[in-house]
Amino acid sequence: MSKIQNEITGKAYVLGDNIDTDQIIPAEYLTFNPAIPEEYKQFGKYALSSVPPAQSGLPKGNIPFHTDDEFVSPYTFIIAGKNFGCGSSREHAPVALDAAGIKVVIAEFYARIFFRNAVNGGYLVPFECTDRLCDKVCTGDELKLDVPNCKLHNLTTKETYPLNPLGEIAPILNAGGIFSYAKQVGMLKS
Amino acid sequence: MPAMTLTEKILAKHAKSNFVEPGQNIWIDIDILMTHDVCGPGTIGVFKKHFGKAAKVWDPKKIVIIPDHYIFTADKMANRNIDVLREFSKEQNLPYYYDVGTEKYKGVCHIALPEEGHTRPGEVLLGTDSHTCTAGAFGEFATGIGNTDAGFVMGTGSLWLKVPPTMRFVFEGTLPPYLMAKDLILAVIGDIGCDGATYRAMEFDGAGVFALNMEERMTLCNMVIEAGGKNGVIAPDKVTLDFIDSKNKHKVPYTPVYTDPGAKFIYEKVYDISKMQPVVAKPHSPDNKAFVSEVKGAKLDRAYIGSCTGGKMTDFRAAAKIMHGHSVKIDTFVVPATTEVAKGLKSEKMHGKTLEQIFLDAGAKMGDASCAACLGGPSDTFGRLNQAIRCISTTNRNFPGRMGHKEAEVFLASPLTVAASAITGMITDPREYLA
Repeated sequence: MSKIQNEITGKAYVLGDNIDTDQIIPAEYLTFNPAIPEEYKQFGKYALSSVPPAQSGLPKGNIPFHTDDEFVSPYTFIIAGKNFGCGSSREHAPVALDAAGIKVVIAEFYARIFFRNAVNGGYLVPFECTDRLCDKVCTGDELKLDVPNCKLHNLTTKETYPLNPLGEIAPILNAGGIFSYAKQVGMLKS
Repeated sequence: MPAMTLTEKILAKHAKSNFVEPGQNIWIDIDILMTHDVCGPGTIGVFKKHFGKAAKVWDPKKIVIIPDHYIFTADKMANRNIDVLREFSKEQNLPYYYDVGTEKYKGVCHIALPEEGHTRPGEVLLGTDSHTCTAGAFGEFATGIGNTDAGFVMGTGSLWLKVPPTMRFVFEGTLPPYLMAKDLILAVIGDIGCDGATYRAMEFDGAGVFALNMEERMTLCNMVIEAGGKNGVIAPDKVTLDFIDSKNKHKVPYTPVYTDPGAKFIYEKVYDISKMQPVVAKPHSPDNKAFVSEVKGAKLDRAYIGSCTGGKMTDFRAAAKIMHGHSVKIDTFVVPATTEVAKGLKSEKMHGKTLEQIFLDAGAKMGDASCAACLGGPSDTFGRLNQAIRCISTTNRNFPGRMGHKEAEVFLASPLTVAASAITGMITDPREYLA
């Protein structure tokens, strides 16, 4: 749970529309308890393991997120289409992405509970894109996110894409999650 | 005071405010927090981390813990998670812990909540499960949250929420005998898409809704999350109040809330339900709608009747009506949502046989009350799709991997349609079996 950095760089992993929480972390792995650090790590190993191979690592597909024995993926960004994180309320979904080393998700828009969990738990930064970036960015592209200016630079293609401002979630993300935020605004005693 | 919808009025009251409007972020007081074996241990971890090892929950009477997901499994981690719930409930003196292996064990939380009198009109219910929205059927604001939010609520009894705008769905006319609430909600989800209600409330209205029993109203609200909805809600009427009063063992006072005349809806759609047809959601999305007539004859490997969506008495009565006197052609799994439903299957009779006997005589396999294969779960879960097979199910989701194998195909349908399809081994219109 860290505050948002101003600049984040790394590789992109690209997915399509309606990536639901069962694809992000299948239910059979929900027996691990994310509150226990050694078990938290396990979620990274199984992150995105139910995404059908053809939809894994677009536009080509069939690019695994990581090898079966790895806990952390080589990617920093998830680029996705519409309704990312739909389905169940499992907080194990943003946990799995965080445990796998994902810092930022950029999607057209999010399912509500995933979005809340990502923000309130302080696991990752969920940005919204204005263009359909999952059709423009390729898996493996090197990206640089300029957080204060809400711009995403694609270092591989030399393109720059505008992102929607974080708006009302920025103070919660900057605080590091809902507990620190609630202390800042006086809803919780320090 | 400007007019407000039912959802807005409940939220305003719980924010101790006279008025709220869509888009506003508010802090609200919570009436009931529910958690289960999949998200409870994480929630308890968050609670202890932030409030301290010796911290006490904000109100033991307002926390309900219902283990239901991974119960009848040899998985050690799953069993360990139940132990975590048991120890915490003991340590905190929680009166509403429905422990596994005891007389108190219930099964699926969303059905257990109303059975045990934890749902009331006008209240706010938060639960660590996306189908917590089911309880909107009782005229309350009910929605799913994650572990962090739940840990926060456990310690404070409050949470920030954004007030959603309300979409209104009006069902006019009389429901034909071959349709169920499941067909209605699958039609709505197909029409608006699985993101059509994202960040919105869905209020169901019209004579067709108020003619439904409580269980069918629960099915409607249960699946609003499949359209991305924050909550689903139905105004309480006499049917609701009679049900609530029959279950409200502890005589907790409550105040029904209703949408104001002239309240603004962001969207409105009217359906004439007398003209609708049986619907399925094809693989791999709940909004992939098709009329049964368009996909009938598609070969199947398995049928599944169960879950918070399709494992209630009304669902089994419908399935038994079709299955009576027939044999299933494919593996058919029947899982009552709760132990109370399981008792009902053993006692309620149709054509002189118990509903359970009708299913067994038809060749179906009966499971114990729990979430079972609705969400896959550990590999020894009853009914789980361990191979890339094709299943028709009364459950709520059919994204890749939902019921187990990621290449399995799941069709979502009403208990009537699933039962008819179990008999023929292919997708079948229930009208063929309803005289």
